[in-house]
Amino acid sequence: MTDSTYRVQGATGEWEVVIGLEVHAQVASEAKLLSGAATAFGAEPNTQVSLIDAAMPGMLPVPNRECIRQAVRTGMAIDAQINKWSRFDRKNYFYADLPQGYQISQLYHPLVGEGALDISLDEKNPDAEVKRIGIERIHVEQDAGKLMHDQHPTRSYVDLNRSGVALMEIVSKPEMRSPAEAGAYLSKLRTILRYVGSCDGNMDQGSMRADVNVSVRRPGEPFGTRTETKNVNSVRFVMAVVEHEASRQVDVLEAGGKIVQETRLYDPDRNETRSMRSKEDAHDYRYFPDPDLLPLELDDAFLEECRQSLPELPDAKRRRYQEDLGLSPYNAATLTADADTARWFEALLAEGAKAQKKSESNVAKASANWLLSELYGALNRLGKSLDDSPVGPADGAELLALVANGTISGTIAKQVFEIMLETGAKPGAIVEEKGLKQTSDTGAIEAAVAKILADNGDKVAQYKAGKEALFGFFVGQTMKAMQGKANPQIVNELVRKALG
Amino acid sequence: MTDLTDLTVAEIRDGFRAGDFSAREVASAFNANVAAAGALNAFIVETPEKALEAADTADAARSSGDLKPLSGVPIGMKDLFCTQGVQTTAASHILEGFTPTYESTVSAKLWDAGAGMLGKLNLDQFAMGSSNETSYFGKVVSPWRRNDGDDAALAPGGSSGGSSAAIAARLCPAATGTDTGGSIRQPAAFTGISGIKPTYGRCSRWGTIAFASSLDQAGPKARTVRDNAILLEAMAGFDPKDATSLDLPVPAWEAGLSSDLKGKKVGIPKEYRPDGLDAEIAAVWDRGIAWLRDAGAQIVDVSLPHTKYALPTYYIIAPAEASSNLARYDGVRYGQRELPEGAGLQDMYAATRAAGFGAEVRRRIMIGTYVLSAGFYDAYYTQAQKVRTLISRDFEQAFTQCDLLLTPTAPSAAFALGEEQDDPLAMYLNDVFTVPASLAGLPAMSVPGGLDAQGLPLGLQIIGKPLDEQSVLNAGLAIEERSGFVARPGKWW
Amino acid sequence: MSIDLQTVKKIASLSRISMRDAEAEAMVPELNKILEWVEQLGEVDVTGVEPMTAVIPNHLRLRDDAVTDGNVRDKVLANAPQPEHGFFTVPKVIE
Ligand SMILES: [Mg+2]
Ligand SMILES: [Zn+2]
Repeated sequence: MTDSTYRVQGATGEWEVVIGLEVHAQVASEAKLLSGAATAFGAEPNTQVSLIDAAMPGMLPVPNRECIRQAVRTGMAIDAQINKWSRFDRKNYFYADLPQGYQISQLYHPLVGEGALDISLDEKNPDAEVKRIGIERIHVEQDAGKLMHDQHPTRSYVDLNRSGVALMEIVSKPEMRSPAEAGAYLSKLRTILRYVGSCDGNMDQGSMRADVNVSVRRPGEPFGTRTETKNVNSVRFVMAVVEHEASRQVDVLEAGGKIVQETRLYDPDRNETRSMRSKEDAHDYRYFPDPDLLPLELDDAFLEECRQSLPELPDAKRRRYQEDLGLSPYNAATLTADADTARWFEALLAEGAKAQKKSESNVAKASANWLLSELYGALNRLGKSLDDSPVGPADGAELLALVANGTISGTIAKQVFEIMLETGAKPGAIVEEKGLKQTSDTGAIEAAVAKILADNGDKVAQYKAGKEALFGFFVGQTMKAMQGKANPQIVNELVRKALG
Repeated sequence: MTDLTDLTVAEIRDGFRAGDFSAREVASAFNANVAAAGALNAFIVETPEKALEAADTADAARSSGDLKPLSGVPIGMKDLFCTQGVQTTAASHILEGFTPTYESTVSAKLWDAGAGMLGKLNLDQFAMGSSNETSYFGKVVSPWRRNDGDDAALAPGGSSGGSSAAIAARLCPAATGTDTGGSIRQPAAFTGISGIKPTYGRCSRWGTIAFASSLDQAGPKARTVRDNAILLEAMAGFDPKDATSLDLPVPAWEAGLSSDLKGKKVGIPKEYRPDGLDAEIAAVWDRGIAWLRDAGAQIVDVSLPHTKYALPTYYIIAPAEASSNLARYDGVRYGQRELPEGAGLQDMYAATRAAGFGAEVRRRIMIGTYVLSAGFYDAYYTQAQKVRTLISRDFEQAFTQCDLLLTPTAPSAAFALGEEQDDPLAMYLNDVFTVPASLAGLPAMSVPGGLDAQGLPLGLQIIGKPLDEQSVLNAGLAIEERSGFVARPGKWW
Repeated sequence: MSIDLQTVKKIASLSRISMRDAEAEAMVPELNKILEWVEQLGEVDVTGVEPMTAVIPNHLRLRDDAVTDGNVRDKVLANAPQPEHGFFTVPKVIE
């Protein structure tokens, strides 16, 4: 555990920032939490709306099992206590994006209780600076609809496609102390959600939004009054909100003012937060158990299936990459930071082990280096990502095998890879066709060496006179003469022999 | 030939099948009565064409031989059930002009069973009331009148007042009702008919406009116990669209009817006989006890100690749920929209709801909002739900000593319209005997027990164990056979 | 806990029911009478008693995750006061 030393320097001295995040994550499901309407992103307005989502008279909710299952699996992924008895409550308030006049949520008995996740503050060495951030609860609730204010001079338009989509509200404890910690927490949470598959984590599409609770205090003193900045939709913005809200609060306090507990809105263009008028008087939500829904009781079989279906999680995977595969902490962290990368890497390992008839740990280092340097470099150049990479894991593994078994040198491998990227051809085929196999034909190499020595009598003399550094020159010249296709060891032997 | 509108549901069903008359003749006869009964104001919308359409289908089915359980039977539909293509208002201005694009599960089941719709029946606004005086579309007038010569207009009871008035006046042989705190039973008692509220969860709530979700339960009303059994069989059944619906088969209640109560124990709860209980109510109750004994039942005294707390418990829970259930009536997606010049969204809500909801609905929303508001939730709502648990335990206890309970349905006969209007509390007390069974979700029925000195009907209530509608119906039948209740209101409208 | 005019106005605004002063004033005694009456519940000893959750023993059924509804925009908008271009509309909201 490390304590952040992040401080806001005020005119009157140092201030500590206290941050808690309430993350709303859209549950990955085909249908909505309490109706059979679809959840797909970007449909025509009000086409993914059932009579239930529109709160027509007499309509009733029935919960979607998959949404409950995904929330439970998420809870298990953060070592949280799963409540076998939970309940849906109604949160009552009036707003045009809330057709029922209440949001079906869980206040008194949430589905998931206390858990935690570890954030790393030094990406070069993930285990160096780890901080455990407590998670208060995860509850399941309905998303609201969408209002559009710019379509009409005097009216706002209401689209209920999102209305009733399942959300997990993941509430952290106020245990973050710097923008960096807040950012690391959100990234780590998104990584876990993507591993578990309970949320696609696409913040730009709104599948993940954070309500950022910020307060400041003199180091060591009790918590100050907090503000909640709603629906911040990127890691960068969350960090910006913390910075700006913290310094704003410090200015207010040092000017002798008071912080009002309020809901604020972040404006990315102006890079500032402002008070949200529409939520002003919404502070008495009159929560009570939803009488349309009985208590939610989960049996052991259900929980067992949730547990069984959990994948290896990022921290476990990273440690395995370090300990079993011998990867550097940095490489292990980079490869596990995102579920798709890890999946690609593990495919590359499997193919590599097959191709080279070795254990995965034996091919791991080379595979990791190639993926992170060669492949990533090429993809950046081409503006592509792993999932639309022109070279797949099997081809990558074949290329690495050709180097490992001495068929081609590393230098040639680079050429072959370029051709693979352009043509999509198999590395073996390219080596054959272009005749890039490296030779161990001593006759040919001896001939080349003899010619080099003959052409450079002066240098031979200097070498014999003790200028040993020239050895590399003769080797290089020989390799050049062989167009890089000679086996380096053999060249070395023969040059040394010829120089006597 | 007899007046077809004097026939019961069973008689219409059987006579139609026997070929004594056509379904069209039946529908036409009831349509005529409906058209001629404007003075009762029992219907908000009349749908004679729908009744005839169903009748023609039935007549065709009779010749082709594929008859349904209710083929040839026209009924009235309480205007709390959403009916596709037919205005549905809950008797509130806020839903005036609302035409559902869907059919409630209960009404759909009735149409699938071959029944036809005579129209949408008037009720207390959002089913909040015991006299049918809170309807935006005007009071329903009971067809009954006192025998003292003065022609005071009487309340048909509420909230299903349109249903009870229409059946008593022979405007329809049967109708649907909903019961949250007594809205099927009390109006039945006031108008000399029968009605049953089944176990909570028997009838789907999907498509029925909600008042208080944990209490609302649909049920039939008709002139005989048998007719109630027939209707309830068609209305009940598991509905996956209602998370509180009971996943159980529907018993053959009509086939199971038997007035032989040998081996049955009937409990008489002493708390239902408070000091100052109306002497005529006490008398009809005693007659009921004698009839059940005569039918072979053993009578036992039981106690339901928390009875006096039932009504206050109800008046916390029902308004609380209602305040939230009625939040959707905001003028945004359907119904009335009140948009004062230059009004913002929140002004529109406040104006729409002030103009759209009647006084009693506004009052209950206010009470419900208050008892749920910050700082009061535990003192009121949580406390009430705990007391509700105790009330429910009282019944469990009692049912270890008996199979059924017999009580009066209401503390008085029908009162005159306007009589109790200005005192909400006095009005609430009408449900003192019906509310406890609602809080416990138990099946309960009201059957006529006779007339009082003023010639007005009085009802007897039978409360059963969860899911034991059969015993309730059977005890009702035993009373029906012995009371010889044939009184009907003289036609003045 | 008896309520005053200010409370009645606060409750009315929470309920989104506009109310003229006369109405609100009339409601004060009316609501107090009803609340006084329901407050007799306070005398009931409920120690160790759980609040009612389901009146009839029943368990919450869960749905399968399948798209079985939606694509009924016409039905959804059929009764809308002022629909436009497939949207519901409300007076412009400033957030
Ligand atoms: Mg929040
Ligand atoms: Zn939330």
